Amino acid sequence: MAILVGLVLAVVGFVAGTGILGGIRTSMGLEYWSTDMSWSVGYPVALIGWLIGVGGWKYWAVEWFGGKAATPPKGVKRYFEWNMDHKVIGIQYGVTFVVLFLLSGLTAMLIRFELMNSGMQLFTEDQYNSAMSFHGIGMVAVAVAIMLGAFGNYIVPLQIGARDMAFPRVNALSYWLVPPVAIMLIIALLIGGWDTGWTAYPPLSVLTKSGQVLFNLAVITFGLVSILGGINFIATIIYERAPGMTWGRLPIFVWGAFAGSLIAFFFTQGFAAGLLMILLDRVVGTSFFHAAEGGSPILYEHVFWFYSHPAVYVMVLPAFGAVLEVLAHMSRKPLYAYRWVVGALLGIVAISGVVWAHHMFTSGMEDYLHAPFLVLTEMISIPTGIIFLSAIGTIWAGRLWMRTPMLFALAFIFNFTVGGLTGIYLADVPTDIHLHDTYFVVAHFHYTIMGGEIFALFAALYYWFPKMTGRQFNETLGKIHFWIMFIGFQLVFIPMFQVGVKGMNRRVADYPEAYEDFNRFISWSGFLLGISFIFFAANMVLSWVRGERAVANPWGASTLEWQVSSPPPEHNFEGQPVIQGGAYEYGVPNAPAHARMGTAAATENV
Amino acid sequence: MAAAVSHSHEHADPVAHAWHRVRINRLGLWLFLISDGALFAIFAASRFYIAGTAIDPHLNQLLGLAITSLLLLSSFSAYRAETAFAHGNTAHGRTMLLATILMGLLFVGGVAYEWSIAEFAASEVYGTAFFSMTGMHAFHVVTGLLFLAVIWARSGGGRYSQGPAVWPVTAVVIYWHFVDVVWVFFYPTLYLLK
Repeated sequence: MAILVGLVLAVVGFVAGTGILGGIRTSMGLEYWSTDMSWSVGYPVALIGWLIGVGGWKYWAVEWFGGKAATPPKGVKRYFEWNMDHKVIGIQYGVTFVVLFLLSGLTAMLIRFELMNSGMQLFTEDQYNSAMSFHGIGMVAVAVAIMLGAFGNYIVPLQIGARDMAFPRVNALSYWLVPPVAIMLIIALLIGGWDTGWTAYPPLSVLTKSGQVLFNLAVITFGLVSILGGINFIATIIYERAPGMTWGRLPIFVWGAFAGSLIAFFFTQGFAAGLLMILLDRVVGTSFFHAAEGGSPILYEHVFWFYSHPAVYVMVLPAFGAVLEVLAHMSRKPLYAYRWVVGALLGIVAISGVVWAHHMFTSGMEDYLHAPFLVLTEMISIPTGIIFLSAIGTIWAGRLWMRTPMLFALAFIFNFTVGGLTGIYLADVPTDIHLHDTYFVVAHFHYTIMGGEIFALFAALYYWFPKMTGRQFNETLGKIHFWIMFIGFQLVFIPMFQVGVKGMNRRVADYPEAYEDFNRFISWSGFLLGISFIFFAANMVLSWVRGERAVANPWGASTLEWQVSSPPPEHNFEGQPVIQGGAYEYGVPNAPAHARMGTAAATENV
Repeated sequence: MAAAVSHSHEHADPVAHAWHRVRINRLGLWLFLISDGALFAIFAASRFYIAGTAIDPHLNQLLGLAITSLLLLSSFSAYRAETAFAHGNTAHGRTMLLATILMGLLFVGGVAYEWSIAEFAASEVYGTAFFSMTGMHAFHVVTGLLFLAVIWARSGGGRYSQGPAVWPVTAVVIYWHFVDVVWVFFYPTLYLLK
């Protein structure tokens, strides 16, 4: 209902915004409608209408004008409108992004269908570009936001013993900015799509059709989601920890979320700035990227990669945290080298901001930039290596409990190792000159983000599913999902390395016949990979509706979120939890329990 | 034991809880400003990337100096407003808010006038830098003015007097200083380079 009101107000806002602009344009003797400019003006107004409609007015903004905010409803209804409970927002993010993940996955299936044979089968070249671009930006959005949005929101406050995030209203705001992003991307497809992938390089992005403008507006909005979320996590983790929860006792997932948020809140501006410049060039007629006027498309690459390389660490740092969390609990061992891992996470944050130009070795940028960016990029493997050693040290001689989340966590180690090692060839200038813009890059990227982060995502999803839904998932279906996905994944992306080395370019709708055998194999493997998600979706839906009731602590884990019921009570903790030891003291003699659940009366003394 | 760690739960003491909220809000605001500052820094860096240190000779230097002085002065009155509210002097605080708003309006008017008389186009590289940077900055000034106006309209009846209750004024004033500091960098970048 609230969503319907939001949509109606968005349309009203859009008509009003474009109408006022049209009036001004008509009075200046121009045409009423200019697609680029009308969308740029109409969209922000529509966005405000949407936010008002979904509950931003009723639950928040009404207070600015002396009114009284409404009380949110209980039950299922609250998931479909503005709600400030971090647990509701976590589920909203989770469901929204899983749906977007499956949609973007479906476009990947279409892409593989098109690439099965040389020549065109399903798409025109333009449609192929649009499908490839939608797959790219859809998956990037999922990868950036799902770990923090779903599990960060749901789990971090529970793990640190807080009742909610530091800024619950900002939290609700940042979630409700997400549906407009998805809607805009879909409208962009409907009005003809766009050609520039998720990277939107000029000069093409300045010259191409108007779908590009909608893409830019959507992604700028998405940047805002990421920035607001990042600020919220940093403030929450600094100020909302329970008594005794020192920095040295924080669960490692909280550290991962903290490190990812540090990057998200600072660097995201790069993408927003680059896209804004494209909009200015298109709508206002500036010359940021018009080489003829003295502008430079290379400027965009600098600005864009200034964000977009750190962005992969927004994706993987919370994923590292989640994987180490699962590994420690499921190996029944203390997390190996905890302090080194924390140092490594923060080290990655520091170095991530000075490696961006390794994406630009063939761009024509200044030669003297090549060597420093090569060296700095390779330096980042030092902290990453520490995290790997910690993962291996943690499972070493442990009694591994091979449940579905553990399988995904172990697969993460394998996949990310492949992704990391192949990354060296792309960081080194001589090999990168050959491999740039080939399928080698596609394979490397998917090994790190899909094989890394998305496998970690499923580890986290299965691990926390009982806590978040109050139901136990089906273990057999979970394992079937894992094995098909793991095998399918290897069969898709290992051949891509080879076809890339042989010189097949990425982002092309057609290719020479010599590459046909490889591509047919990759496509069939891709469909196998796609099938695994049918098991996943079935498991999620069936378990959530009809699964067995979950107990409070099915994994026997020590961290705080497992010490409350599944799902947790409305204000998370009945009394005041007090932290008295490390989070992973499995088998450590005389170690105190991680947390003691205080009574309500004990709150007074702490 | 909780000395080193702040915590979230309702403090027994409502004043302590209010201060706890102020600390959180202050951090949130600063994080936002750092983030926003990155956006300004990227635009400033882009100016050098595409236009080097060139300055258009048609720029009205006197006007630039005048609006810069106005904006700096308005930071002082904003500071006076905050201090007055913190000491419970609502009447003086409101006057100083009005003075700040007035100077802010004059600044925006000055930028608008500069735009209307500019003899360079947005399609030249210097114009690209000039219009995008001043435009983005003026947009922040306008939002700051809106915040100041809201605070001014709601400041009657001693709502913001003393203690944690002053925070809304403080927040807007910090934002105003931030906008001012950005201009301290933008002004030489756009007007004074050789």
